[in-house]
Amino acid sequence: MDLYEYQGKELLRSYGLETLPGVVAGTPEEAARAAETLGGTVAVKAQVLIGGRGKAGGIAVVHNATEAREAAERILGMDIRGHTVRRVYVEGGAEIEKEYYLSITVDRAAKRPLILFSTEGGVDIEEVAETKPEAIVRTHVDPLLGLLPYQVREIVFSAGLTGDAAKGVGRTLNSLYKAFEGLDASLVEINPLVLTKDGHVLTLDSKVTVDDSSLYRHTDIADLHDVEAADPQEQRAQEVGLQYVKLDGNVGILGNGAGLVMSTLDVVAQAGGKPANFCDVGGGADAEKISTALDIVTSNEQVESVLFNIFGGITRGDEVARGLLSAIERTGIELPIVVRLDGTNAEEGRRILAENTPDNVHTEETMLDAARRAVELARGTRDSDGGR
Amino acid sequence: MAILVDSGTRLLVQGITGREGAFHTGRMLESGTNVVAGVTPGKGGQNHDGIPVFDTVAGAVAETGANASVIFVPPPFAADAVFESLDSGMGTICCITEGIPVHDMMRVADFIGTKEATLIGPNCPGVLSPGKSNVSIMPRDIFTPGNVGVVSRSGTLTYQIVNELTQRGIGQSTAVGIGGDPIIGTNFIEILGKFEEDPETECVVMIGEIGGNAEQLAAAYVQNEMKTPVVAYIAGFTAPEGKTMGHAGAIVSGGESTAEAKSEALRGAGIRAATNPSEVAELVAEALGR
Repeated sequence: MDLYEYQGKELLRSYGLETLPGVVAGTPEEAARAAETLGGTVAVKAQVLIGGRGKAGGIAVVHNATEAREAAERILGMDIRGHTVRRVYVEGGAEIEKEYYLSITVDRAAKRPLILFSTEGGVDIEEVAETKPEAIVRTHVDPLLGLLPYQVREIVFSAGLTGDAAKGVGRTLNSLYKAFEGLDASLVEINPLVLTKDGHVLTLDSKVTVDDSSLYRHTDIADLHDVEAADPQEQRAQEVGLQYVKLDGNVGILGNGAGLVMSTLDVVAQAGGKPANFCDVGGGADAEKISTALDIVTSNEQVESVLFNIFGGITRGDEVARGLLSAIERTGIELPIVVRLDGTNAEEGRRILAENTPDNVHTEETMLDAARRAVELARGTRDSDGGR
Repeated sequence: MAILVDSGTRLLVQGITGREGAFHTGRMLESGTNVVAGVTPGKGGQNHDGIPVFDTVAGAVAETGANASVIFVPPPFAADAVFESLDSGMGTICCITEGIPVHDMMRVADFIGTKEATLIGPNCPGVLSPGKSNVSIMPRDIFTPGNVGVVSRSGTLTYQIVNELTQRGIGQSTAVGIGGDPIIGTNFIEILGKFEEDPETECVVMIGEIGGNAEQLAAAYVQNEMKTPVVAYIAGFTAPEGKTMGHAGAIVSGGESTAEAKSEALRGAGIRAATNPSEVAELVAEALGR
């Protein structure tokens, strides 16, 4: 779960990280009042759960309340890479001496937390990694021991820091590791971490991602989930425990098992089609669950055909076929549906489908044939009703 | 021969009285797996399908000599169940549980380094050696004994591919689901190494997906260390950046984690990489000279 900048900063502050004072605003008036209260030069920053807001014009540095109002008027409602800005964060200014980069991530290959620190802050770290890899200090932490004091010294001194910078970055590192652990984060990133002219080390921009699997023990964080910002179909899927990701094509896809569904999306693309979504209905042949999934997939208006790819494992093909028929009947879907059923008792399942299917349901034996058929049918729908 | 589990496996089921644990214990028994004990704290002394239930893993090991365990414990308690199993000297541990926090798994992974044990999973379907032992939730009917080893990050995609192999008359030595989480006990390389040493395995199918760089590391290993032919398949070419595609570990977050980058690395290492599941079976037939 990704957090907004203002939410992440509030959590980081509770672990002792220093930030600038800031206020969240949902309207230009609130932004103006915030600028007034904070005083002096402030930044008006778009709050979106995606990177690249600076380049998209989502950050403005302003000098008074009037300018803050104007900036908020412009930024609120902006679309940044498909995300609508509904709040801005108005944050006080600072005199910056130096910008650093600091992050802690989960290194999947090493199976340990990885700290990255660089004195080249404020820019894209992947770019630094390519052009100036020697400017990045990398340190793995033993998760059972935690971050040790000597490791902090190694990071700080090998980056060439001294004085206030060394002390401030060292303190930040300790606090950030505690936050990473305490929040069950999969990423905490500060870019830039700044050294101010008066010797403070401050978190200027930060990104916090909390591991979804840990949310059961962080209900306060789970409550921060922004229902309004979520895609309505994704939100509904999440509420009923379905794995659903919306995409921008016209072939709706359902299947059982994450890997099989991912593979189905790929095969549809190879057949010249565009998948409209990812949807994993999980194991079993529960007609109610399949109905809900079908309903979610087809409530996306772009969907023009549906491909249902099922591999009968422990749940036998005949049970799946019955569950599916009942779900189709319940939802009353008229769009063309292509069903591909394979695995245990697949023949029996296909026979049941063939004997009972309504006209809009087509069965295919292989994944490839099913994908081709679904792609053709999606084109057909569009042609016949004038490309709605 | 097979890898990880065979007829010498004496299996303990952690969470044997839960819904999933009970159901799959029955199926494993039907496959002829030697299930010797179950553990459910507070239910020690009971009997489940004729299997004695214990309160603790240590108690079960002392009584039954269990040497492998399979875990069906809910996510908040699953890491503890792995620690318990490790501390009782288990040699092979399959953790089926999906949804264990990443930080818990980092601690588990760290601790395994101090033990002589292999953890498969979590968030995996387990390990099945057709006709020998079944420590898994995989549908055994689609398998047939043979010489192809299968290692995969995905359950249903494994079934799909195994089914295509079986339909072509190509049997399997062992199928290992290593799991779809970001942090897993055993990665491709360790399993590939075991297949390389297994005299019965003549070809290996490796099924990967988006997220992380385990496939790239495996590609280098196959190129440098293996004589056994490997056929690979990667899922997730159409996955958008930053979205979790069902498995917690299946997320594109940077260049290396894409399906394109993985496929390129595999082909660059001279590995046959299929573009769809059906093609996997064709390439295996070709590698085996059939």
